[in-house]
Amino acid sequence: MSTIVLLTMTGLGLGALYFLIASGLSLIFGLMDVLNFAHGALLSIGAYGTWWAASGHLPGAGPGGWGFALAVLFGTAVGTLAAVVLELAVVRPLYTRPREQVLATVGVGLAVPALLSGIWGSDARTFPGPEALSGTFGLLGADVPVNRLVLVAAAVVVLVALRLFLGRTRHGLVVRAGVEDRAMVTALGIDVRKAFTLVFAIGGCAAALGGALGGLYFGSVDPRQGTSLLIFAFVVVVTGGMGSVTGAAVAAVVIGLVQQFANYYTAAGLGDLAVVVLLAALLLVRPRGLTGRLA
Amino acid sequence: MSTATTPAPAPAAVKTAPGRDRARLLRWWPAAVLGLLIVAPYSALPLPGLLDGPVGSPGSLQLLATCLLFGALATGYDLLLGRTGLLSFGHALYFAAGSYATNMFLLEAGLPFAVAAVLGLCFGTALALVLGSVSLRVTGIGFSMVTLAFAQAGSILVSRNPGGFTGGEEGRAAPAELLPSWLVGIDHTANLYWIALAYLVLTLGVVRWAVRSPTGRVWEGIKENERRVEVLGLKPYGFKLTAFVLAGALAAVGGLVHLLLTGGSTPQTTTSDFTLSLLVMVVLGGSGTRWGPMVGGILYTWADHRLGDLAGSGAVADLPAVLRVPLSQPLFLLGVLFVAVVHLLPGGLARLPSRLRGNREEKR
Repeated sequence: MSTIVLLTMTGLGLGALYFLIASGLSLIFGLMDVLNFAHGALLSIGAYGTWWAASGHLPGAGPGGWGFALAVLFGTAVGTLAAVVLELAVVRPLYTRPREQVLATVGVGLAVPALLSGIWGSDARTFPGPEALSGTFGLLGADVPVNRLVLVAAAVVVLVALRLFLGRTRHGLVVRAGVEDRAMVTALGIDVRKAFTLVFAIGGCAAALGGALGGLYFGSVDPRQGTSLLIFAFVVVVTGGMGSVTGAAVAAVVIGLVQQFANYYTAAGLGDLAVVVLLAALLLVRPRGLTGRLA
Repeated sequence: MSTATTPAPAPAAVKTAPGRDRARLLRWWPAAVLGLLIVAPYSALPLPGLLDGPVGSPGSLQLLATCLLFGALATGYDLLLGRTGLLSFGHALYFAAGSYATNMFLLEAGLPFAVAAVLGLCFGTALALVLGSVSLRVTGIGFSMVTLAFAQAGSILVSRNPGGFTGGEEGRAAPAELLPSWLVGIDHTANLYWIALAYLVLTLGVVRWAVRSPTGRVWEGIKENERRVEVLGLKPYGFKLTAFVLAGALAAVGGLVHLLLTGGSTPQTTTSDFTLSLLVMVVLGGSGTRWGPMVGGILYTWADHRLGDLAGSGAVADLPAVLRVPLSQPLFLLGVLFVAVVHLLPGGLARLPSRLRGNREEKR
């Protein structure tokens, strides 16, 4: 029983991490037809930003208490800023060429991890975190690490915030309408490009937060982390139905759980394969993913 | 697809007879280049800056062969991207499958090389057929993500070293005693170079033949507008699968050549970075053109090697940190170069001459 509880909580934590990346990815894809290959890089920037601040480089920030909260805030802000710069400098000039937009993000996705490993080395760095978050708590007889709970809570907050933003605000309405039919929104005289920048900022914010919290989850940061998580986020986006935030949330939970359970009950590493097999099986049955969105 | 044909002769060349002769001669330039490439191992010509030693030395031949191999691989990959409009992120898988499967058949079953090579090729092709038929159920970018997921699964499988078959992170060396003796050792680098050249000629020939065939016309239609092909009563799925399997088979042959050239299978060839570098090659050279992907592949591979040397050189180590850190990362330079090419050079290097000509005429 305790094993199942622990696996479930770990799977949910991982799923939360996937959701934080996949939500922004899904929105950017739904709105702009752009598969953002630099999204993993945004996550890495957030992770390194937090690590840098929490290691005492930023006045007031540190590995414990409010200092850590400030460090996370700093990392997230840097990631958001990077996303905005990415949109304005790399993606926007290719506005009419979606295929080339994807290619340009591939270039950024190659360059940023290389730059990070150039500055801080290619080896993993220990991630400082507050002691309150490094302990465990008892749940149904299992000792569950606290950071799993933090990740799930953050993912739920982001999900609720995104749903409120998309459902209740004017900007959210434009984004939603743009996801459904970009040509129509443009024809109504609404500048979709502002929505693009906004969605990139939101996606970058979520991904960078994912990077900061991923540091807690893994206990370390390394330049390749973002790229390897990105691939599972892609699987989440396809599984959940493209452009759907709720679909991404459901798929992230399913994939996180499948991966953890398969890793434990079969040979280690088979969990990653199980996820891909799951994806293939789903595509054979429902080529449009869980929510039936167009691919 | 105007650039897929031989570049049109300059307008002035059509009028006069000597001009026409020149145009006819110009059409044979690929044969001349091929002739030069065939005799290259006999040459002792030094190319300072371009190569470390004379052209015919084993080190230079090895680099040249690698360049030709990747030129060919990029050409095969462009069958998907530039000819059919399929953005696959899993092409590395079939390349690695050709290399690893052949190596396995040699190492584990002890089969003679020719048999192992045929079986390895069959394995790579069958894998492309199975995975292609699943991933093509999704269209557009979804297809890209699914192919990436499959390739990633392959990469994980290889690095986990199941049953000790793949050698994990170390990769696995090919058994020299089971390979024909004329393919092993530094003295026979020229033979490997000719094999890489033959692979390039084969790929160029197959791609040219395929895109000119009726199937190739449908590919072009799918690339332009898939819906229209459907309306015409054709099922795009089968045509796309054909392109996928053909490109997969060509990649598997490439894996085979790579196995011989490097003397083993390495897990680096299974990573997503490897496919992304293929993408960089194709876009750098010019996607959908006859020579573009080849030129891109050759240039990229050469630059990759030379940038590695540059990164390790003393001149870079003495620079201030702001310059030294980015310059010491070849992937950073290639990533930035790629973004620059996408922005500043639409159509890649293959379109550069016509763009320059266009600019000059505008200025007149």
